[in-house]
Amino acid sequence: MKRARVAYAGAVHEAVETNGQVKLDDGRLVQENEVVWLPPVNPRTVFALGLNYADHAKELDFQAPAEPLVFLKGPNAFVGHRGQSRRPAGVEYMHYECELAVVIGKKARHVKREEAYQYVKGYTIANDYAIRDYLENYFRPNLRVKNRDGCTPIGPWLTDAADIADPMNLALRTFVNGKLTQEGNTRDMVFGIRDLIEYLSRFMTLEENDIILTGTPEGLSDTAAEDIVVTEIEGIGRLENTVVSDEVFGIQEVKKEESHASHRGRIHEEH
Amino acid sequence: MKTAIVKIPGTSRIEKVEVQGEEFIYNGSSYFTNQLILEAPISGTVYGTELNFRGELEQLGDSLYKPPYKKPPAAPVLYIKPANTISGHGMLIPLPEGAEELQAGAALGIVIGKKAVRLKEEEALEYVAGYTVVNDVSIPYSSVYRPAIMQKCRDGFCPAGPWITIREDVKNPDALSIRVFVNGVLQQETTTANLIRPVSKLIADVTEFMTLDEGDILLAGVPENPPRMKEGDIVKISIESVGSLQNRVAKEEEWMVQL
Repeated sequence: MKRARVAYAGAVHEAVETNGQVKLDDGRLVQENEVVWLPPVNPRTVFALGLNYADHAKELDFQAPAEPLVFLKGPNAFVGHRGQSRRPAGVEYMHYECELAVVIGKKARHVKREEAYQYVKGYTIANDYAIRDYLENYFRPNLRVKNRDGCTPIGPWLTDAADIADPMNLALRTFVNGKLTQEGNTRDMVFGIRDLIEYLSRFMTLEENDIILTGTPEGLSDTAAEDIVVTEIEGIGRLENTVVSDEVFGIQEVKKEESHASHRGRIHEEH
Repeated sequence: MKTAIVKIPGTSRIEKVEVQGEEFIYNGSSYFTNQLILEAPISGTVYGTELNFRGELEQLGDSLYKPPYKKPPAAPVLYIKPANTISGHGMLIPLPEGAEELQAGAALGIVIGKKAVRLKEEEALEYVAGYTVVNDVSIPYSSVYRPAIMQKCRDGFCPAGPWITIREDVKNPDALSIRVFVNGVLQQETTTANLIRPVSKLIADVTEFMTLDEGDILLAGVPENPPRMKEGDIVKISIESVGSLQNRVAKEEEWMVQL
């Protein structure tokens, strides 16, 4: 089953997918374009993986890590399907990242790799935008790059784990304004879902609805204001998002920084 | 007398109490915090700040200009202490198997009082509900190049409390003495006057790119040379005008029993 949280006619509902329509918890059937989509789970502890696809690591001229490169994200970063993500004026490089998001189903501590799937409630899609201009060599990728308000669309659906035969063999694709720009497969993860659950639960307790964003394959590119970005994962769905300018947020003042100059050309060197 | 907010253990009750030193008055009775276990008075997301004490940056010296850092940070260096780390006053700090010692991160916890988005420095303090004491516990680590998740995000690694002292009772958050005692012996002494980004500047720079919600906590920073703690050590962090947070370090098994 596919589950969602939506707002409809002024109320927030739990919903499920029924023949391409959205069935609200009060029984009403509505069209998917009539609702406001919210993140399918309320984010609390959210882990994200850096450089977790060998091809992506290679794309950045970087060796795949020997230990998972994990960072955390706050609830402010998340926005639902069809949401907007702000591209600040003056930045040179803001790219999407299509990622399989694993939602934990129950308290997990010291979980063995072999049992890890028992702790998965389901899967959804995240688009973990990064603004590379702000990448500094401290606790990288730092929060200014990766924890910006509304820069991590997630959803639309949480697909039950039971409905995904093999989460480690799913095609991922990103389309910018309808054009395919990123393509990969979850089988190319450096650390798979079971490895990540074992690794994290070895030193901390995971709880129901914690989320692990498992990283992105190669094929990143810059996005501009008004671009419509669709990140898609086989069997899980399509997550749409619009990149918007400061004006949409009523921001006129632009903070100028020396680090803005020609970041795009320096990405390889910087990583 | 100052006013503080305390979370009474075993209940979800949040009470306003009058405090004096390490004592508070609740329902007409007086309680000494050093005899009490209290719930962490916080519920939001905890954001920590690295390299916000002058001494920390000075210690990095030339290495700031060499790989992997290459240049000093331009923006706040932040990390998250996730929900599993939150713990209260008087609770045990678990010493993970295989770790010899931990480091005590004495941090002023800035408790956000209302949704804070793109604030200016001048208005930032109006968005503060109060202040608490946080022990940002870590397994000792040296590099700040990659997030220290395994070292900082362990269960019970973020005791906070004993209470939130309301903003009005802390005259100047940028001139508070911080003292850390291990088994009663003073191990560290500094002041928030040594912050590179003072409280209002830090809030302004952080909310430029991320919203802080009511109840979220921003840690002002951890001073250089954090004291080390071993099994059995009693660690007390005192922040002037705010309070004294005390915890004991125990083996993981003993900590598990406490839960």
